[in-house]
Amino acid sequence: MASVHAYQQTGRVRFWDRLNISTKRVIWAWTFLALPILFYTGIRFYPTFQAFWLSLTNWDLLRPAQFIGLANYQKMFADPIFWKVFQNTFLYLLVGTPLSLLISFVIAYYLDRVRFMHGFIRALYFLPFLTTAAAMGWVWRWFYQPVPIGVINSVLSTIGIEQQPFLRSTTQALPAVLVPAIWAGLGFQIIIFMAGLRAIPGTFYEAARIDGLGDWAILRKITIPLLKPTTVFLVVFSSIGFLRIFDQVYNMTTNDPGGPLNATKPLVLMIYQTAFSSYQMGYAAAQTVVLFTILLIVSLLQLYVLREKK
Amino acid sequence: MFTKAKLAGLAAGISFLALGSAQAVEIEYWQYVFDSRVQAMDKLIENFEAANPDITVKQTTFPYADYQTRVVAAKVAGQGPDVVQLFYGWLDQFVAGGLIRPLDPAVFPHDAIESDFFPIVSAMKRGDDYYGLPTAVRSLALFYNKAIFAEAGIEPPTTLDELLAAAEATTKRDGAGNITSAGITMDMAGQDHHWWRENLVRQFGGEPYDAEGNVAYDSEAGAAGLKFYTDLQTEHNVGLLGFMDEGQAAFRAGLAAMTIDGTFRLGAFASNPFEWGVVELPANAEGVKSNYSSYFANAIGATAEGEELEAAQKFLAYISSPEAMEIWLETVGELPARRDVALTEANLADPILAPFLSGLEYAHTTQFYDEAGQRQVAIDMVNRVLLEGQVIEDSVKQAAEAEQAIIDAARQ
Repeated sequence: MASVHAYQQTGRVRFWDRLNISTKRVIWAWTFLALPILFYTGIRFYPTFQAFWLSLTNWDLLRPAQFIGLANYQKMFADPIFWKVFQNTFLYLLVGTPLSLLISFVIAYYLDRVRFMHGFIRALYFLPFLTTAAAMGWVWRWFYQPVPIGVINSVLSTIGIEQQPFLRSTTQALPAVLVPAIWAGLGFQIIIFMAGLRAIPGTFYEAARIDGLGDWAILRKITIPLLKPTTVFLVVFSSIGFLRIFDQVYNMTTNDPGGPLNATKPLVLMIYQTAFSSYQMGYAAAQTVVLFTILLIVSLLQLYVLREKK
Repeated sequence: MFTKAKLAGLAAGISFLALGSAQAVEIEYWQYVFDSRVQAMDKLIENFEAANPDITVKQTTFPYADYQTRVVAAKVAGQGPDVVQLFYGWLDQFVAGGLIRPLDPAVFPHDAIESDFFPIVSAMKRGDDYYGLPTAVRSLALFYNKAIFAEAGIEPPTTLDELLAAAEATTKRDGAGNITSAGITMDMAGQDHHWWRENLVRQFGGEPYDAEGNVAYDSEAGAAGLKFYTDLQTEHNVGLLGFMDEGQAAFRAGLAAMTIDGTFRLGAFASNPFEWGVVELPANAEGVKSNYSSYFANAIGATAEGEELEAAQKFLAYISSPEAMEIWLETVGELPARRDVALTEANLADPILAPFLSGLEYAHTTQFYDEAGQRQVAIDMVNRVLLEGQVIEDSVKQAAEAEQAIIDAARQ
């Protein structure tokens, strides 16, 4: 009994010993990687490819899916609401991303120089990022109400300005939703920008000062170029965030989601409604494929534009 | 020794489970979460189980927003409920999806249903089959704030003209003309789309749908009805869509003199810190009255078979019995679906219930194909006029086309 055990053990040891150190490393690495890879394949990649297939069917949850070719895509591209939603989605992206980055950079730049109550101010900016989007959406929804309960309109009418419809307007609603969305993301972006600013070696600034460069020149020639990796990260990160905007819009317009008259509806909300109010799973999958493509193109484009020139 | 004890425990457990399954059949009841409805159902289940010791009923609830998705998903997974609550307007979707089965006429005879229930029960009939029975029905009425009315020295309105006059007398505005307390709430996402569809369109001489169920409100009457509604904001400035976010919120806060809402709101308004009353929805100048009535019905799930089906039928019979309706009325405040339980002397003398009961007598029940979609059409119709200044006739026409498209798609 004992001898058999010993024999097996030596056998195994010999096999393992025969491998060289780099092969062993590879085996270990794959052993540890196998689990997350299997997990991702099962819950991420497989459903993604499934969605591509579903977008070519008329699946409605109840009846088995039937292949209908590109009919969902034809329907989508012929639907004026889809184009309105498409436009909204890009408005969120094209206004939201630059504006939020500009504001957070300015705040980070000046906050970096403040010593007095530095931690406290930073915490104040970070606080909204920790707040649930749903709670924030509802608070802002009440801010935007008409008098007598809406804070903003009450201030406006006390100083003699006409009250604004905000969420009840086809032109003001989208910016009104965007403001809290930008505000919520600021804290995170400020922290990342400040980390980036701190990572720039102080010697560069000392050298620049000795050479007699002013603040503006230092900002342009040293700070901004050296912050590029940080900026690239934040641009990609916040673009994806704005392209996927949902919580703020849904919570601020629950009575008429994405309204009034689809003025605030982003693509993700349209997908949600198609799938879970109308149960047109195939059509929703087609919209998801479009969103996926947009996200992919925008991300690749940004990485290309902001790439390291060597 | 230890293993033996475990084995013994396991054996005991298995035999206990087997014993349980031999004695009792368990059925599942599904409805959406709404405090008083869940409480009422708990009470009904308790009574039912006491009378039928061999049946246990498990109540499962979901948030309203997820409810339909859950029912559909459960069917796909083959684990649907035995008895399920559904809004009458979802019936076509539920039948098309094979989620529910027709009621067996041997257990639920048609002539008994038709003679005992209010006529709106016919909305649960497709072809020769009834698919469900309601416990309670809902209708609309005009709620008014007694304090504001007393302050203005007026009586609650009975006609549309009086409604307008009352709204004008009770609206409060600030220096800039902004409403600080509305005469009447405007909330198209609430009950106002029903008021427009089933009341105003009819009262201005039209009908919302023709005999085949196609859209028929693209007419002078439809436009006149919409004009009456939007004029409340644009011409008379007695209400504002979005004021206090929701109509019911404005009324509860005491910042609206009148609101149109349903029986299901009685529970929420009970705690209002002011005196309020209810009157029937105002008639037009010729005395034409109308109302919109709706209900949640209970149906038997398609997956119920054998003894579960039998138990489900017994349970459905109980929750649509007169006794259950009285418990529902006490707990939830919704009107009994059987005529003789609803139209009792005590109920007709009740100042709150009476207007709703009178409304039931002449109420219409819209046949919805896609309730959420058709409501959205009405919301957009009003928004186009109020926010984009679209001509009323054009907006009605556009809405009629959009709604007809929904109906056509659903009929395919």
